[in-house]
Amino acid sequence: MGLKTGAGGEKRWWWNRNVIMVLWVMLSVGFCIGLHCHMRTESMRKAEETLTSMCEERARMLQEQFAVSVNHVHALAILVSTFHYQKSPPALDQETFADYTASTAFERPLLNGVAYAQRVVHAERQLFENQQGWMIKTMKRDPSPVQDEYAPVIYSQETVSYIEALDMMSGEEDRENILRARATGKAVLTRPFRLLESNHLGVVLTFPVYLLDLPDDATAEERVRATAGYLGGAFDVESLVENLLRQLAGNQEIMVNVYDVTNASEPLIMYGTNPPDDHMLLSHVSMLDFGDPFRKHQMKCRYREKPPVSLSSITTPSGIFVICMLVGYIGYAAWSHYDNVKEDFRKMEELKKQAEAADVAKSQFLATVSHEIRTPMNGVLGMLDMLLDTNLNLTQKDYAQTAQVCGRALISLINEVLDRAKIEAGKLEIESVPFDLRSILDDVISLFSAKSREKGIELAVYVSERVPSILMGDPGRFRQIITNLVGNSVKFTERGHVFVQVHLVEHVNMAMNATAETGLNGHVNEVNKKSATTVFNTLSGLEVADSRNTCESFKLLLSHGASLSCTFGGGSVPESIADKVTLMVSVEDTGIGIPVHAQDRVFTPFMQADSSTSRNYGGTGIGLSISKCLVELMGGKINFISQPHVGSTFMFTAVLQKCGKSAGVDTKRSLSEVLPTCFRGMRVTLVDRRAVRAAVTKYHLQRLGIIIEDVSTVNEVLCALSGQNDCLNSSQPGKQPSILLIEKDSWDPKVDVHIQNQLLEYKEAGRIQVVPKVVLLLTIESDKTRAGSHVDAIIVKPLRASTIATCFQQMLGMGKCQNKDTLSGSTSLRGLLDGKNILVVDDNKVNLRVAAAALKKYGAKVVCVESGKSALSLLQPPHKFDACFMDVQMPEMDGFEATRQIRLMENKANEEAPLEEGSVKAKWRLPILAMTADVIQATHEECVKCGMDGYVSKPFEEAQLYQAVARFVVSQPIPDS
Amino acid sequence: MPPPLCSRVLLSHPFSPMSLMALREQLNMLVNSMYIEGLLDQQFQQLQMLQDASSPGFVAEVITLFCEDAERILTELTKLVDQAVVEFQKVDAYVHQLKGSSSSVGAQNVKLACIQFRQFCEENNKDGCLNALNVVKHHYYLLRNKFDTMLQLEQRIQAYDSKQQN
Repeated sequence: MGLKTGAGGEKRWWWNRNVIMVLWVMLSVGFCIGLHCHMRTESMRKAEETLTSMCEERARMLQEQFAVSVNHVHALAILVSTFHYQKSPPALDQETFADYTASTAFERPLLNGVAYAQRVVHAERQLFENQQGWMIKTMKRDPSPVQDEYAPVIYSQETVSYIEALDMMSGEEDRENILRARATGKAVLTRPFRLLESNHLGVVLTFPVYLLDLPDDATAEERVRATAGYLGGAFDVESLVENLLRQLAGNQEIMVNVYDVTNASEPLIMYGTNPPDDHMLLSHVSMLDFGDPFRKHQMKCRYREKPPVSLSSITTPSGIFVICMLVGYIGYAAWSHYDNVKEDFRKMEELKKQAEAADVAKSQFLATVSHEIRTPMNGVLGMLDMLLDTNLNLTQKDYAQTAQVCGRALISLINEVLDRAKIEAGKLEIESVPFDLRSILDDVISLFSAKSREKGIELAVYVSERVPSILMGDPGRFRQIITNLVGNSVKFTERGHVFVQVHLVEHVNMAMNATAETGLNGHVNEVNKKSATTVFNTLSGLEVADSRNTCESFKLLLSHGASLSCTFGGGSVPESIADKVTLMVSVEDTGIGIPVHAQDRVFTPFMQADSSTSRNYGGTGIGLSISKCLVELMGGKINFISQPHVGSTFMFTAVLQKCGKSAGVDTKRSLSEVLPTCFRGMRVTLVDRRAVRAAVTKYHLQRLGIIIEDVSTVNEVLCALSGQNDCLNSSQPGKQPSILLIEKDSWDPKVDVHIQNQLLEYKEAGRIQVVPKVVLLLTIESDKTRAGSHVDAIIVKPLRASTIATCFQQMLGMGKCQNKDTLSGSTSLRGLLDGKNILVVDDNKVNLRVAAAALKKYGAKVVCVESGKSALSLLQPPHKFDACFMDVQMPEMDGFEATRQIRLMENKANEEAPLEEGSVKAKWRLPILAMTADVIQATHEECVKCGMDGYVSKPFEEAQLYQAVARFVVSQPIPDS
Repeated sequence: MPPPLCSRVLLSHPFSPMSLMALREQLNMLVNSMYIEGLLDQQFQQLQMLQDASSPGFVAEVITLFCEDAERILTELTKLVDQAVVEFQKVDAYVHQLKGSSSSVGAQNVKLACIQFRQFCEENNKDGCLNALNVVKHHYYLLRNKFDTMLQLEQRIQAYDSKQQN
């Protein structure tokens, strides 16, 4: 049934199926009928065989019995001849004959009786009649007329005594018989006729009796001459056959007819009723030989009734037919089912396509809508900016600021939703470019610095020395995750600290094991601490959720870091380790914590701890879910530990690649926010009671190349300076610190106010050559005024290496080591674009002019060209450009084509470069940004495809321009020029 | 080179002894009215923000560039559309260019009219194109008149500025 249909149309296919079903039914009907017929003929054949064998059996028996009787008559003839003619006087008379025949009648069951007729010629008639004493009579019992010869019966069996004296020659059949018998000398038979008396059908057997023995080859005339008389007997064929058949089995079933067929055209019936002429009936004909060659007989057997049609010949085919129908039905059903399933599948495919199309449409829609929303929002925000620049009274200013904050929140929300949609669509790809983790963290910290200062939270960053300075990964996404986490922490923390740490995972594990080994002791200490004082050994002295981040483990981490850095020197990591680095970033806060019941749905989008959270703190709760997706995309895991009212610690791991060594110094310089090197070797003494905080400060100072000694109180410093070396072991004479960095906690305004005076005294006393500058570290801005006059400078946290550097520069009057505006802290477009050489390509003069002016505004040096070709000629390496903005639609050579060509040129240049300058030099890869009016997904994909780094919308929007530029300026090496 | 736009404007607006403040006021009112009428959008503001001490004539320069460009394109377009067989691809390219420059300048009405125009181009609708071209021209000339006035005002303000500096 499993017929394969070709490439036929739907309709034809259905049609085919039905036709096949009809064919199948017809085929099975045909087969069944055929089977039925076959079985019928088979049974017919069997019946015929049975009939044949039965018929033959009957014929043979009849023949045998007949032959026996004939033989006996023959014997009688010999008896007559022996005792009647060869004895003189004859020893036979009627009485003897009758007795003898009666007593031997059992030998001839088929014969009614026998009689002997003597041959009497007419001449002897008188004599004969006289001898016998009776007249010869005819069959009609009349006195016989004159004949040539006569054959009167002289002896007869008692059963046929009525024929005595009758002239056998007078009966037609008998006469014929007599004539033939005496001529042949053999037994002859009459044709069947109604016998006298019994009126049964019968034949008469006649045997000649000769006077002398004749040779076998005697002629007919000799035989006639020698004939003495005739012995005759009547066969009652009807009763004979009847008796015979009665003895045989199967008598009821078949009907037997015996015919005399001497005259073939007119068979004479000897036995049986003439059956109706029904040729349909089965019959069999057997030839009979009754010993008379002249007469021919045959036996015809028939079944009495038509043989019944056998049950099996009906049941078997119909059974088979039923099975065939069932099979057909099953096949048909299966086929229909297959069709249905196929149809359903097709529908599903269609629906799937629709769904996918809808999905694409959705993301398209999202992209478009968010773009559409962002455009007016930018207008709103720009207007608000301008509004804030005008003269407003306080209330108005407040309103405007609120509106601005809300607008920014809306924009960031839209961006987040867009991110989320992108992640869901799987369109978000993590790029792999070299970046400096530390400067990214500095950026993040600076983002939140205002907020943390305002709240009085200590915000700090610590990056383990073992973390390589340049890593390969997606800086934007990394920043996004950390910004998210830190943002959350800052948002939910009212006092205490937010502490970001970055370590290597294996390193952390090692430290954890170490803490586990120190085991009980540490644990007990911790408990004691908790019960005794409520000051914990954390950054701000408040308890944190993740107790693993206690001072002990942190110290261990530090010591490990130190020991390793000692081993391998200069903080460089061993190169033997695979080129993958797994970072463990933790963001620890002392905020309100996450309620236990809400902890398992923290990463579900739009889920906040409870509805009141958003009322109190704002936000949509989408950030963490995005962070989770991003972390997973980076091959890491994110989790957290949180205790309500204690704080939360979020930790995530990220797998990043190490940057190849060849990228080297240049890359580092270009990627990192360049830190001034003028502080290298400077000595600073740090006064801080709290080890963790001290470590953070040290981390930043070390980045500047400053050598640090830390002590816990101001007095220790003074001791050291005054030459009492026992107070400060590490201090060495002649190498005194040039700066005293004092943590606010350790600063007692009353006592230490006069530290400067003290130091001056020391100098006058000649104990020190230079009076160290005193710098105070503050968390809250408002404290600034109180201590301001007593110290040389104040740094308000959060600490960043660049902040410290700037402060020191100003204080020490070193002048600008470089012209970067590090104090402003915000990485504005100006900061990014300042001094960069930028090529702008656009065929539209107006656009070109506007774009150039916009870029110039941010400090970039702009070169404009009006076609892709002239851009190509300018960008033939080596060139001085740091970036290129390229219009997409241009006559002659459009932006995509131009980019492709530029990339080709760069590749060529890169292939040649290593031969000349070794591997240190960065490769040519100019960041190219498309300028386009429609910022839909497809355009972006095409941009990326032809080697562009991103796109900006035309006309420029500041935020977007910043985003696009920030990506490549941070992540792209800038070739030497 | 056509004569500078400003000089043409000056002919129709002889110097008047207006104070600097009044001039500024007038300029602001003009620009505001243009915003309200939909002639300009926020992009023009960006342009104004780009103008600073280092490039005092920036807005004027851009506007002049824009007007030259637009007039050239409009001439070309008029020629193209008048032909029996309109080459829509060429027309589309020109309109695209005009759209680009008008959006750079912030000429909102012209930009919108260009968008409409491009749709007709895509449909190969000649009548529509003719209509659209007229609409574009209408908006453009309206805008140019305002720009003329604006430039003249600016010129005068700058003249004042330089006088004061001197």
